[in-house]
Amino acid sequence: IDLSSHIVKVYLTLKVENAGSTPTSEVLLSFPPTQADHLATVEALVTKGKRKKTTLVRLDVKATELPDAPNDAKYFTIYLANPLKSGESTTIEVLYLLTHSQEPFPAEIAQSESQLVYYRDSALILSPYHIKQQTTFIKTPSTKVESFTRVEPSNRAGTEIKYGPYEDHPPYSFSPILIHFENNSPFAVVEELVREVEISHWGNLQVTEQYTLVHAGARHKGVFSRVDYQSRPTLNGASSLRYLLARLPPRVHSVYYRDEIGNISSSHLRTDSRKSELEIEPRYPLFGGWKATFVIGYGLPLQDFLFETSDDRRYLNFTFGCPLLETVVDKLTVKVVLPEGSKDPSAVVPFPVEQHLETKYSYLDVVGRTVVVMEKKNLVPAHNSHFQVYYTFKPIFMLAEPLMLASAFFLFFVACVAYLHIDLSIRK
Amino acid sequence: MATMPASASDLLKSFKLKTKQQELLIRVSILCLVYILAFITRLFSVLRYESMIHEFDPYFNYRTTLYLTENGFYDFWNWFDYESWYPLGRIVGGTLYPGLMVTAVLIYRILRFLRFAVHIREVCVLTAPFFASNTTLVAYFFGKEIWDSGAGLVAAILIAVCPGYISRSVAGSYDNEGVAIFALLFTFYVFVKAVNTGSLAWSLASAFGYFYMVSAWGGYVFIINLIPLYVLVLLITGRYSMRLYVAYNCMYILGMLLAMQIRFVGFQHVQSGEHMAAMGVFFLMQVFYFLDWVKHMLSDTKLFQAFLRITVTSAVAVGGIALGLGMVSGYISPWTGRFYSLLDPTYAKDHIPIIASVSEHQPTAWSSFMFDFHILLFLFPAGLYFCFKRLSDATIFIVMYGLTSMYFAGVMVRLILVATPAVCLISAIAVSATVKNLTVLLRSKNKVVQTGSTKGSGGSKSSSKALLDQSQPFQKNGAIALLFGAFYLLSRYATHCTWVTSEAYSSPSIVLAARGAHGNRVIFDDYREAYFWLRQNTPQDAKVMSWWDYGYQITAMGNRTVIVDNNTWNNTHIATVGRAMSSYEDEAIEIIRSLDVDYVLVVFGGVTGYSSDDINKFLWMVRIGGGVFPVIKEPDYLVNGEYRVDKGAAPKMLNCLIYDRARGVEIGNKDVKLEHLEEAFTTSNWIVRIYRVKPPNNRW
Repeated sequence: IDLSSHIVKVYLTLKVENAGSTPTSEVLLSFPPTQADHLATVEALVTKGKRKKTTLVRLDVKATELPDAPNDAKYFTIYLANPLKSGESTTIEVLYLLTHSQEPFPAEIAQSESQLVYYRDSALILSPYHIKQQTTFIKTPSTKVESFTRVEPSNRAGTEIKYGPYEDHPPYSFSPILIHFENNSPFAVVEELVREVEISHWGNLQVTEQYTLVHAGARHKGVFSRVDYQSRPTLNGASSLRYLLARLPPRVHSVYYRDEIGNISSSHLRTDSRKSELEIEPRYPLFGGWKATFVIGYGLPLQDFLFETSDDRRYLNFTFGCPLLETVVDKLTVKVVLPEGSKDPSAVVPFPVEQHLETKYSYLDVVGRTVVVMEKKNLVPAHNSHFQVYYTFKPIFMLAEPLMLASAFFLFFVACVAYLHIDLSIRK
Repeated sequence: MATMPASASDLLKSFKLKTKQQELLIRVSILCLVYILAFITRLFSVLRYESMIHEFDPYFNYRTTLYLTENGFYDFWNWFDYESWYPLGRIVGGTLYPGLMVTAVLIYRILRFLRFAVHIREVCVLTAPFFASNTTLVAYFFGKEIWDSGAGLVAAILIAVCPGYISRSVAGSYDNEGVAIFALLFTFYVFVKAVNTGSLAWSLASAFGYFYMVSAWGGYVFIINLIPLYVLVLLITGRYSMRLYVAYNCMYILGMLLAMQIRFVGFQHVQSGEHMAAMGVFFLMQVFYFLDWVKHMLSDTKLFQAFLRITVTSAVAVGGIALGLGMVSGYISPWTGRFYSLLDPTYAKDHIPIIASVSEHQPTAWSSFMFDFHILLFLFPAGLYFCFKRLSDATIFIVMYGLTSMYFAGVMVRLILVATPAVCLISAIAVSATVKNLTVLLRSKNKVVQTGSTKGSGGSKSSSKALLDQSQPFQKNGAIALLFGAFYLLSRYATHCTWVTSEAYSSPSIVLAARGAHGNRVIFDDYREAYFWLRQNTPQDAKVMSWWDYGYQITAMGNRTVIVDNNTWNNTHIATVGRAMSSYEDEAIEIIRSLDVDYVLVVFGGVTGYSSDDINKFLWMVRIGGGVFPVIKEPDYLVNGEYRVDKGAAPKMLNCLIYDRARGVEIGNKDVKLEHLEEAFTTSNWIVRIYRVKPPNNRW
């Protein structure tokens, strides 16, 4: 369990043995309800090949409901590639991420104090199966650990706390632990993020991202002293959020960073051929409980992201998640604005999302543009995978707007000529 | 193949324009270019900074415009604003000139209807340049009306880049003046046109122009006093005509009725002393017309003389009695302080410190005349000379407009703006007339040479010119030299205007830019940093106390309630804040608590060397506070009659609240410990500091 940032990363290495008599291809993972609410992703990988030629193969993971689940435990099923015969065993690597699982205590700190948090878990993983042996390693961000629950055998060395090894536990055994440690990494949480991707067939892809950022760590209490903050940055406001890093696609152009009251001048853009990095500072350092809202916008060359399928359909291939590093997004809305006149939109996303369609009017639109809206809650950077939106579009629609403008100007000049040649006066 | 060139040349011939058409084409293209130039020369600030609203008052206008777009006109009209003047509130619909906001929203709606996905902020930022462009067109037509189309063109060019006008109409200065100057010039132009033609349609148009002006800016008082004055002058100089009668009466009656529809103005047209001149002139017109009619009916001159005497005496007596009765009964209000301070520049300083405290209400220095008008300052008298040489109803008007507005410009810095169109027009007459005279000289001489050489005999006129030329042998060279001189001056004017616009008038004042140690540009964005912090991290109903300058910005950008703002309608309230700022902390906290303040915002220039901070404005706080509360005495804060903020500052000064806030770590009084306030936020360059008011200690 990696607790070094505010996103909890849990790596499980499971050695599964089929003790039953029939071959099975499903392995159940179970989570207590408190964790299940904060669970962002679950991934399962299996190593293939021998020795040096090992490759990781991703396995399907699906949430499942079991009728006889004790204490509202939630289940995920891992589908193995090859059914496991009776008596055989295999090794599965499971990675899951938890958000909002570290509770700051004390809940309010002054500027000079550092941030201490609680992390609650179980020394034994919750499992519907019999566990033969288990060891838990917990990695804390620093050596400062106030206290941790002792479940023998357990010990602590440096930034690591070791629980176990424990032998032979029945299914659904649970032994709660509580770790109180220092975590000064800023708890950057985007409460709401709306990403709008607008496709223009004239060669540009315009992305606008609206953030509501909050520091979800221990609340700031009392005085904010700029003297102390500027003169001793390491001691003061250690957990404050000074800057964020956004990783944008390469060849990004016209980047802006602003909020409701205007441009924010404190940002830097670094570009190279593989990626662009945008370093943004909020208008003020964010202390616990402080909020900031802002908008990032940028343009991208269309040919990097828009492709044609063999059956004359077009599709957009773009990343889904939030480009900010090390941030949790509570609610993400991705809107893909298709050009006017495009038909039959359909979206392909690698994980379940809520979808619906909208209509948006932009410059010189008559019938409006179709917008594919996708919504998802509780996202982590691991969700930055690609999604596709397929649609059909006739290139002739591109000419509609220039023609409209041209005819409007033509009519204007005709009206001028007519006005100059017609005498409207009554008396003669 | 051989016929091709011939047919082509025929075609070319058929496309060749007649002289008149050529002239029209050149004129229209010059006007188009001037129109574009007037717009783009005002975009320096957008290019250099961003598309944003400048200064203080525009933020209020922007906020109200936002409200108008979101809630519609009726809500806007009935809007009671709880966020300013806490705990009094402000009836916004009844205390503002809605013309600007309605105009911006109208433009916004039209653009939206045409499917231009613009934001209301962009419309607001570009409203002033757009109206400046329109003003150049009006200036052209005005110049054409009073002199000729050449003067009109020159006037359009001069006004397009004149710094006196640019100062109030750069992109982002979303203020009433931006549209009001257009409305002002339009009203004057249409009125002069109405006087020239006697047409009811034009005077109707001027009434509507006046209505627009009334809805946009308090400066409409200038129109309603200048036009009667002009009519009076025409009457005295014996230029009374039926045209004048039609134009003035229609414009006055309709304009007055329309103006009453604006709630902020209401019945002032019949009730306030400032508008009485117009009414007096209106009645005088009727008496004049009546006398004219009687004179026409009576053939006997002696009888008419007697009648005249009786009528004039009785009319004056009736008018005087009516005015006296109105004044005594309080029906007609006396002149306001602002009006007095216009007529007597020293009035404000003695009686109304709040007016005197605003920098733009100071008397104008010579340098700022030079800065804003440049060569126009020299061309203005020359233009007056040309106007007097060719007196007509129209030139009398422009002369009066120029002279009165120049006087007002001398009284108050901001009224340079009102004088600018007149100065541009009169200077344009000077330039146009001079250049025309010179070119006529050059051309006629050329003609003589031509006629002499080719045809052998010239017309009688040119031969007389030729005779005249012989008497002045260097005339042609002199004319050429003078022409070059004029063009040199005009080009200097253009460079000066561009320089002034780019250097002086295009900084938004909310973002400060400076040169860093390595020549790179450093931006101090502290104001917005503080306002945004307030907006995001304070309770929704938090009350912020600051000096009134920042009131509008806090409500617009911070979205929080303020105690006082730039509206300055309640002097006592501002004085209370001034008293709180200039008292000892123990006394101040009583006032602060009584006002239910949660945060105190002060501006501090100590770290960055920013000069217009609260300590600079401190003397005005003392003066305004002392005007209402005699406890506060100005000499207490001075050392030997000098104002000092360092170690030698007066003891009372050192201990007062604002000093603690604004000079927290400065020399003079180091290590200030505050008992009732705590630092809540300070911006990265220390310019804005916000203090939280601690809740009172628990009693046991």
